[in-house]
Amino acid sequence: MDQHLLSIVLLTPLAGLAVLLLLPAKSKWLIRIWANLAGLAGFLVSLPLVQRFRTDVPGFQFEEKADWIPSLGAHYHLGLDGISLLLVMLTTLMGFLAILSSWNSIQDRVKEYYAMFLLLQTGMIGVFLALDFFLFYVFWELVLVPMYFIIGVWGGPRKLYAAIKFFLYTLAGSVLMLLGILTLYFQHFQQFGFYTFEISDLMRVSMPLGVQQWVFWAFFLGFAIKVPMFPFHTWLPDAHVEAPTAGSVILAAVLLKMGTYGFLRFSLPLLPKASMDKTIVEILAALSIVGIVYGALVSLMQQDWKKLVAYSSVSHLGFCTLGIFAMNPNGIAGSVIQQINHGISTGMLFLIVGVVYERRHTREISEYGGLAHVMPKFATVFAIAMLSSAGLPLLNGFVGEFTILQGAFEANRIWAAFAVSGVILGAAYLLWLYQRTVLGQVTNAKNLAIPDMSLREIAIFVPLIAWAVWIGVYPKPYFDVLRRPVAEIVQRVRPEYYAGRNEGGSAEIRRDAGTKAGMAGLEAHSTGGGMAAPLAREPALALAGPGGSAPLAGPQAGGGQ
Amino acid sequence: MQLWLIPALPLVGFLVNGLFGRRFSKSLINAIAIGSVALSFAWALRAVLGLDLTHPYTERYFTWIQSGALTINCDFTVDRLTAVMLMVVTGIGALIHIYSIGYMAHEGGYYRFFAFLNLFMFFMLTLVLAANFLVLFVGWEGVGLCSYLLIGFYFDKKFATNAGNKAFIVNRIGDFGFSLAMFYIFKNFGSLDFGAVFGQAAGKPESMLTVIGLLLMLGACGKSAQLPLYVWLPDAMAGPTPVSALIHAATMVTAGVYMTARSWSIYIHAPAAMDAIAIIGIATAFFAATIGLAQNDIKKVFAYSTVSQLGYMFVGVGCGAFSAGIYHLMTHAFFKALLFLGSGSVIHALSGEQDLRNMGGLRKKIRWTFLTMMCAAIAIAGIPPFAGFFSKDAILLAAHHRAPWLYWVGTITAGMTAFYVFRAIFLAFFGEYRGHEHPHESPRVMLVPLAILAVLSAGGGYLFKVPEYLGAVFPRMEIPEDPALMTISTLAGLAGIFLAWLMYVARPGMADSLAGAVNGLYTLVYNKYFVDEIYGAAVVDPVVNGSRAVLWQRVDAGIIDGAANGVGDRAQEIGGALRLLQSGNIRSYAAWVLFGSVVVIVAMAVAGGVR
Repeated sequence: MDQHLLSIVLLTPLAGLAVLLLLPAKSKWLIRIWANLAGLAGFLVSLPLVQRFRTDVPGFQFEEKADWIPSLGAHYHLGLDGISLLLVMLTTLMGFLAILSSWNSIQDRVKEYYAMFLLLQTGMIGVFLALDFFLFYVFWELVLVPMYFIIGVWGGPRKLYAAIKFFLYTLAGSVLMLLGILTLYFQHFQQFGFYTFEISDLMRVSMPLGVQQWVFWAFFLGFAIKVPMFPFHTWLPDAHVEAPTAGSVILAAVLLKMGTYGFLRFSLPLLPKASMDKTIVEILAALSIVGIVYGALVSLMQQDWKKLVAYSSVSHLGFCTLGIFAMNPNGIAGSVIQQINHGISTGMLFLIVGVVYERRHTREISEYGGLAHVMPKFATVFAIAMLSSAGLPLLNGFVGEFTILQGAFEANRIWAAFAVSGVILGAAYLLWLYQRTVLGQVTNAKNLAIPDMSLREIAIFVPLIAWAVWIGVYPKPYFDVLRRPVAEIVQRVRPEYYAGRNEGGSAEIRRDAGTKAGMAGLEAHSTGGGMAAPLAREPALALAGPGGSAPLAGPQAGGGQ
Repeated sequence: MQLWLIPALPLVGFLVNGLFGRRFSKSLINAIAIGSVALSFAWALRAVLGLDLTHPYTERYFTWIQSGALTINCDFTVDRLTAVMLMVVTGIGALIHIYSIGYMAHEGGYYRFFAFLNLFMFFMLTLVLAANFLVLFVGWEGVGLCSYLLIGFYFDKKFATNAGNKAFIVNRIGDFGFSLAMFYIFKNFGSLDFGAVFGQAAGKPESMLTVIGLLLMLGACGKSAQLPLYVWLPDAMAGPTPVSALIHAATMVTAGVYMTARSWSIYIHAPAAMDAIAIIGIATAFFAATIGLAQNDIKKVFAYSTVSQLGYMFVGVGCGAFSAGIYHLMTHAFFKALLFLGSGSVIHALSGEQDLRNMGGLRKKIRWTFLTMMCAAIAIAGIPPFAGFFSKDAILLAAHHRAPWLYWVGTITAGMTAFYVFRAIFLAFFGEYRGHEHPHESPRVMLVPLAILAVLSAGGGYLFKVPEYLGAVFPRMEIPEDPALMTISTLAGLAGIFLAWLMYVARPGMADSLAGAVNGLYTLVYNKYFVDEIYGAAVVDPVVNGSRAVLWQRVDAGIIDGAANGVGDRAQEIGGALRLLQSGNIRSYAAWVLFGSVVVIVAMAVAGGVR
């Protein structure tokens, strides 16, 4: 069971999709039931990952590897580390809740709708699990198609404009990313004499800084558009506004994280020199900070409820990318936690919009006001979602923001100062939105008769609120899960980072292991050897560890056995 | 000792009332809300009496955040400073909870009110018990949230929700400083634990400690409503009066004073930061007192008075008289809570009237309210042996020791304080009744807390000798008693009272003619120096208009999206042009093939020659 766990998680939505296609299109009720069951099953099969995941093992877990297209060197290679574990769990839960939230809102082409959603699920999970660049790219592009249709078919009045904009924007980015991947691929062939898309192999490629920078920018466009980083964000408000509620939820909660995940999994470890290049880091940090402040300010002025939340995403994702380019454990760990947090909080905020949109069919903020009188339960849930998004302590957002800012401060105190101002603005746009929609008197007669949230709707929010409180009150398990993968990235990018520090008393052991492994001159070697070692309490275990199976552990680590 | 019970009990009250209170009867809501706070008070009392607090007593619970080198534990600690705060928060808190039964009896959202009040107690006690800066910050943000929720309790009213937003956002501006201070502390001390940080403070460079001290001060200025961030507190009076008493007078707003006093070992090595605190404090005390002179809303008078009195506490801390600052924090909690609850009783008696011009002659009609409020007024005026005298005297003495001009400004402020408080008292309780309601005395459930607070306002300074109790916590400061200074400041208070009596009781027309004589000055003060308007024009409008017109409409929709759509349009145009090639005409295709071949051959010939 363990050796195929990831495949099961990956393919459960597809299996659900296969059965769904056999159901008669007319029996909407049956289709809804089935799609919800499939979504629930997708979440349930992912739970064993949490239970069996081990925080004390370096590299990837539950690995599966098979040849796929041998002539190209493409493999079916899946694996999971702490970062992907959290993102996969976010995907399976949000996917299920998004499907559940569509019960009433989707009435046309129900079968096709749920089919697209299940396909989307597999695509997103695949992105977070793939350890082969070819496989990754297939999933990456696969995600585009169902999302394109979800926006374009079930969206609002300007759905075609939004869908095409979304598609072209992200496609443009991913084509450039493909060029970057191919550069790596051919460089690897030149140096080692065989073709492979295996990420752990590509990590051995040594390239001059100039080429690394070129590849970095190619990757950057692909990932930055997805995130989206300023100034590549303008597809996002349109896509969000036009997408159906569940589409917005998934788009914000999961799809955007593919970009940040890409930076963490590929840009940093594969291109460590370029990632540490001073100019590049400064540009990216500046773009992140501009995104934080700019997104918040533009969000402040929006008249459209959904657009406001969309721009707030730009601001929040700015925190996530800032954490990544702080290039230290706190920044990166905080970033991953904030990615989860953003999924929870912004997911909730989009669901909130969906609740009223279903009742009133408008997103104009000025159409609302005084909803607390007619929808007290809604007002309470919205308040919690707002506070979680605004980073109030004991809810999730605070933990992520604080850790990111701590990391940013460690890297550069000016960055932190600017980013903290985004926290002020974050409170401003959310409180103002809440005041305009929920507080005050009911001024619009159309709002007088709208029903409060139903039990099904509350059931969608309960797990998210519980999750928000869990992360806010006891985030330690999350940090534990992230400790190794984050340290591996930092070690890879900044081999000197841990040298001067003594964390957990293992610095000495670490240094020994590092020198033993890092004999060869190639950068990948020395860093590769140090990779697994610094994290291991028992260096022998790390060095002898799963050999080739820990892709971040370079060849020398394996050879040291 | 299970210190966690102290905040956890009100939290339980919040959860139970918050989740199910809608279906509960009022007496059940009362039992849960007040019971939880009373138990919390009892447990705190047990801890304070049962523990040897000459050294801090710490309890460790669990690791909250652990990432890289950053480890934050959820720890609580009690020392004598905490003990004072615990007693003030739970004691005054319990009294105000009881008072609220009467005050809120006819209000909607009864359960919501008590749930929020309980939640506030939870966060405030977390703030006080915290053993590191981040847990303190949890309480700090949490009380801010409760303040927001309770200011906007009457969420129908636009001014109330506006005031709530203002409070939250202005506090966040202060938190900007607090957050950066924490990052600085962690970077330089490797920890956020009070024990570790304060223990190392002596050896650190002064410049760094000054930066930390100033950033912490910014946070304190937000929470404790000091210049330039005081603007939220007067507006916060939009909340129900018990909230003004508990949160915006007695406890939450003093959190900044507590936090700076807690960080004394940083400040004593950063004299520049301490001077800044003292100067901000005295400036705020004076400035807010002048505004208080001309306010007509009874709660606004006391709100500006709170800002002013918090300024005194800042002066105490800034002059190194930390224990005097905390002493004044406690006595102020007694008399200011009483002034607010008393004015709540007046407002209750007059069915919601808050304007002093529509009151008058109430001393016969609501006798108990009048008598208790007199105790508070004498106390705040600094007349011995009432509570305010002792603490204000201690602060002014330290101020004189530091710089005599601080003392003189403080003394003038004391005179103004006595004047505006007695102006309010005389306008409300003396003369003839000028309104149209039928004043009625408040129920006993409101009067008993008033009576207890009156006793504390009268004798609290004598009963609880805070400076001696805190002698072990703070560095000792030897300041000789100076009867002359003491006499002068007392005389200033008496002069203020006399002037108020003269202008509002003996010669009622005098105030108006005086205001007419200095018309320009009066308009300025009456309109609070137009500070809100200035902030609006200098900060809020540029942000709003800049975001709308420049960032959103010009940059986002114009430049960025324009470029993206422009790329799309160009692509379409090029595609449209190229489409003409695809005519479907075989002969034209053949012609293009021929043309292409010629171009290729020519190009190759130019590049390297055809072989």
